[in-house]
Amino acid sequence: MAIVFAKEQKPIEMRAVYQNALFDILKDNANVVVMDADLVGASGMANVFREFPEQCINMGISEANMIGAAAGMSLLGKVPIIHTFAPFATRRVYDQLYLSGAYQKANLRIYGSDPGFTSGHNGGTHTSVEDLALMRAMPTATVLAPADATQFAWLLKETSKRYGIFYLRASRKGLMDVYDPSSTFEIGKGVVLSEGSDVVIFAIGEMIAEALKAKEVLEKVGMSVAVVDMFTVKPIDTDLVKRMIVGKKVVITAENHSKIGGLGSAIAEIMAEEGSGVPLRRVAINDRFGEVGLPDYLQKIYGLTVENIIHAVKEAL
Amino acid sequence: MSENLSLFSAQIRLETCKMLAHRGFGHLGGALSIVETLSVLYGEKMNIDPKQPNWPGRDYFVLSKGHAGPSYYSTLALKGYFPLEVLNTLNENGTNLPSHPDRLKTIGVDATTGSLGQGISIAVGIAKALKLDNKSNKVYSIVGDGECNEGQVWEAFQFAAHQKLDNLLVFIDENHKQLDGLTVDINNPFDLRAKMEAFGFYALRVDGADEKAISEAIDDCFAHPGQALCIVLDTVKGQGVEFFEKLFDNHHIRFATESKAELDKAIVDLEDLVSKGGVR
Repeated sequence: MAIVFAKEQKPIEMRAVYQNALFDILKDNANVVVMDADLVGASGMANVFREFPEQCINMGISEANMIGAAAGMSLLGKVPIIHTFAPFATRRVYDQLYLSGAYQKANLRIYGSDPGFTSGHNGGTHTSVEDLALMRAMPTATVLAPADATQFAWLLKETSKRYGIFYLRASRKGLMDVYDPSSTFEIGKGVVLSEGSDVVIFAIGEMIAEALKAKEVLEKVGMSVAVVDMFTVKPIDTDLVKRMIVGKKVVITAENHSKIGGLGSAIAEIMAEEGSGVPLRRVAINDRFGEVGLPDYLQKIYGLTVENIIHAVKEAL
Repeated sequence: MSENLSLFSAQIRLETCKMLAHRGFGHLGGALSIVETLSVLYGEKMNIDPKQPNWPGRDYFVLSKGHAGPSYYSTLALKGYFPLEVLNTLNENGTNLPSHPDRLKTIGVDATTGSLGQGISIAVGIAKALKLDNKSNKVYSIVGDGECNEGQVWEAFQFAAHQKLDNLLVFIDENHKQLDGLTVDINNPFDLRAKMEAFGFYALRVDGADEKAISEAIDDCFAHPGQALCIVLDTVKGQGVEFFEKLFDNHHIRFATESKAELDKAIVDLEDLVSKGGVR
């Protein structure tokens, strides 16, 4: 792990990151196979599919077969990288991922895009608020929620060199730059973005930007706030959680996901087993379905803004 | 034919009955309906080396209707993948022979199956991977007619046809029954051969109890390159043992009194058949 923080903001869309990373990955490894379920255009992958016709397969609108076929290909040494929207990449094909994938030890990377409020105008039918919960419950699966473009690209490349079931969830849109492109990471290890002595906020994905904003506001009123990027939701970095909660007055988790089964649950499990006694507040989607709307509107009604984090801290103290 | 296939079929059927008799219960009906097809594949057609189960040059087999595991295991044991005595461990605690095939547990099993609909997708993936690598290995998969209730099966068929996977031979074991009864009463499959043709397959229908007919149909299929291939097997659930063919609820049987006596009788008859070289 070699972390260098971003010096300036030049966010690029995650689908562009996906495309660029796959160009590199495909060039390096003839065994990589990229699969999509009729979202090639929507995922910004048309050029990749044109450039590498032998290694890219549009499976059509048949997600179950896509997962099964990818699993079969991996048994012969292929390295599948699969994309579709997060709800179709997880809950729609859970049994295929579980049995054809994890249970028979196949080798799959699955990018589930536009979770939570980022599904925007695709609305409730295309929204996943439970993908992390589902994937956490799958034995052997590694569950990743990249913080920004640099980390997403790094994770795509890193997981392509590994064997197993890797779920990556991210918006297709741009995310605030957290890291300089020279950064490297370690799967299973969180990144402390800032130390602090009163409050610690464990955040993922879009919620890292909100956590950093909350830190600024809270520090103006004299609170010392630590912020941690917990991009590996499973296996969770238990040691780091244990270390970061020591002496804190409140622990906050922030995720663009249901309160049930995601990052907040993972942290709660560690804190309860540790008998930490520190109050925990989970800023997450409160057991409800998604709906249609602009992302910033949805973020507000799902309770996922900087104000929600600040309120959670104050309410706990 | 490179082996005496009727003898091999009788041996597979005998070992299947014996393992189920030992366990006292099991998926007899659908295991017996594919015996002759397994016999032709493993006795004649497949390019395999039981001493090197993971040999990359082998032909692959995916039992999509995973509940037919017992006859698959019998076939593998008879071919020498593992000792025949292992068959008695079927479904025992901690066994390497689970009710449904598991590639991580059983030597010779190429794919983990049993959640219906999923095996055929794994098979099309294997076939596509071989195509991408310009390899000539063949892939065989048996799908159940009841299994065709699953939508995923038809997704996989569309993919196979569109990708022109002529290295994959799909068998549909049309034994006319599923767990709860007749397929026509539960979710009518209509004309499966015509359906497969409509999906873009070169499709045949043969008597699934006739090794010679199955063997010739396989050759016929592979004489049609550039197209996905299917053989619909006209079979009987419980095939080859008259009592179980006539028993209506023969998907999963817990052998007691009459059915136990009939299974024991079938074993004696099959031992006799085997001793006569498989010729009735």
